[in-house]
Amino acid sequence: MVDILNALVLFSNFVLIPGLAYGAQLALGALGVTLIYAVLRFSNFAHGDLMAFGTMATILVTWWFQSMGISFGVLPTALLALPFGIAIAAVMSLFMDRAVYSFYRKKRAAPVTFVIASVGVMFILNGVVRLIIGPDDQRFADGERFIVRARDFEAWSGLSEGLALRSTQAITLVVAILIVIALFWFLNRTRMGKAMRAYSDNEDLALLSGIDPARVVMVTWIIAAALATIAGVLYGLDKSFKPFTYFQLLLPIFAAAIVGGIGNPVGAIAGGFVIAFSEVTVTYAYKRFLGHLLPENLAPDGLVQLLSTDYKFAVSFVILVVVLLFRPTGLFRGKVI
Amino acid sequence: MSFLIGDGMTGGYGSADILHDCTIAVEKGEIAVIVGPNGAGKSTAMKAVFGMLPLRLGHVRLEGEDITALTPQARVAKGMAFVPQTQNVFTSLTVQENLEMGAYLRRDDIRGTMEQVFDLFPILGEKRRQPAGELSGGQRQQVAVGRALMTQPSVLMLDEPTAGVSPIVMDELFDRIIEVARTGIAILMVEQNARQALNIADRGYVLVQGENRYTDTGEALLANPDVRRSFLGG
Repeated sequence: MVDILNALVLFSNFVLIPGLAYGAQLALGALGVTLIYAVLRFSNFAHGDLMAFGTMATILVTWWFQSMGISFGVLPTALLALPFGIAIAAVMSLFMDRAVYSFYRKKRAAPVTFVIASVGVMFILNGVVRLIIGPDDQRFADGERFIVRARDFEAWSGLSEGLALRSTQAITLVVAILIVIALFWFLNRTRMGKAMRAYSDNEDLALLSGIDPARVVMVTWIIAAALATIAGVLYGLDKSFKPFTYFQLLLPIFAAAIVGGIGNPVGAIAGGFVIAFSEVTVTYAYKRFLGHLLPENLAPDGLVQLLSTDYKFAVSFVILVVVLLFRPTGLFRGKVI
Repeated sequence: MSFLIGDGMTGGYGSADILHDCTIAVEKGEIAVIVGPNGAGKSTAMKAVFGMLPLRLGHVRLEGEDITALTPQARVAKGMAFVPQTQNVFTSLTVQENLEMGAYLRRDDIRGTMEQVFDLFPILGEKRRQPAGELSGGQRQQVAVGRALMTQPSVLMLDEPTAGVSPIVMDELFDRIIEVARTGIAILMVEQNARQALNIADRGYVLVQGENRYTDTGEALLANPDVRRSFLGG
């Protein structure tokens, strides 16, 4: 019995909690991608770097706050800086839309043209971020680091395995839940949200109904920038901020959006968790976990790790390929152009 | 002078004209129907009246005001409503949301208008929370007409409202359209089912190759032996 509890605690500590946090971060990223796809009808390859840009802006404001002695008590100062980061990222998105995408929209360019243009935007943002903050790792988490410490948990429970809950993981989950509720409320209850869904559903009919496309596009960019910045800041708090890592996040985020059904917000959330848990469960070494559960003579000698963490991106790729082969519209039926 | 008139419309999408000096007019509370063989430019004439086709010559006037240069969206704001032939509902939105989007330009209370639409099409009231994409073809057409009525238009334009619905549903839809006309709305519609449409028409236009061939009351056109032989199958 104690062995089973130990195994469960171990699993929660190394798979369940990190998977939930990572899944929430991916879900927020995938929501942004899916929203752009649904309304503007292209895959925004610059989303990862928009995340990096928004996070960088948040970090700079955080440092400024810290230098003035402003803090958020036990919570990270970055949460105070987040609204400013979102605003800066939104301004950047609208500028990019005005400078790049609106030109192609006027020409009614094919979706693939937008995708290639977004690759260009991606490189620009990429460069801007590196110029301003540099390519190195930045840690900007402050405040209380743990809600539950492994040692305290061990002492409290008497188990040999500890369970740690870092405050950044809890913050990630709470913020993600609040954001998702707010987003769905906006899309389903407000006039503008319904207009966005209508525009995504049938552009011509939306125009006939008097919906202003310029406003829909503007609001979409602002929301996408907000989602990207929030996802990026949560990821950075949980791990660390490095521009290249954010660029790499593009793959699991797109995998999440496509697995769930691109263009479908519910799908993006489900997809985020599917990808996160696949990555974490496949790259976790089960040696100790099995050691608790199996009789001593059957305990494994090796690490029992299906895939080295170096290959975690392969997981997203494989899932992506399987979904595209067998259910191209994704789990929740997204749109197909 | 007519309430809405497309006068001497000439134009097309590219260099070749599709419409040649075509005139379509409709009065308040009247039903005007455009019929004709395939490729006669029926839908094109309708689109021209709504500003979806560039005109080389001719004018469109609403209540005497020249609206030839206005975009379709601006015409919606002027009280014109258009129901396209296909993709005329937001399939992923509920029936009620479809109607709300129809009233997007209105800032006042829309509940009264929505009740009127539900009175006209009771089935929509029952299915108000269902996505429009899950409804049958006839019910979708009702959603489409309902959405257009939400702006409280003075002109309702319908592009083949009975395309792809069963004869029973068609009769019922025509009954509803007559009801709408009785409230004082001008109705302009293009119809494939010429005989039934002319039956309810106050005014009929027979187009051939983008030109007016016959223009008369619906009754007179149905009685006209030439029209019967050429376009109504005897």
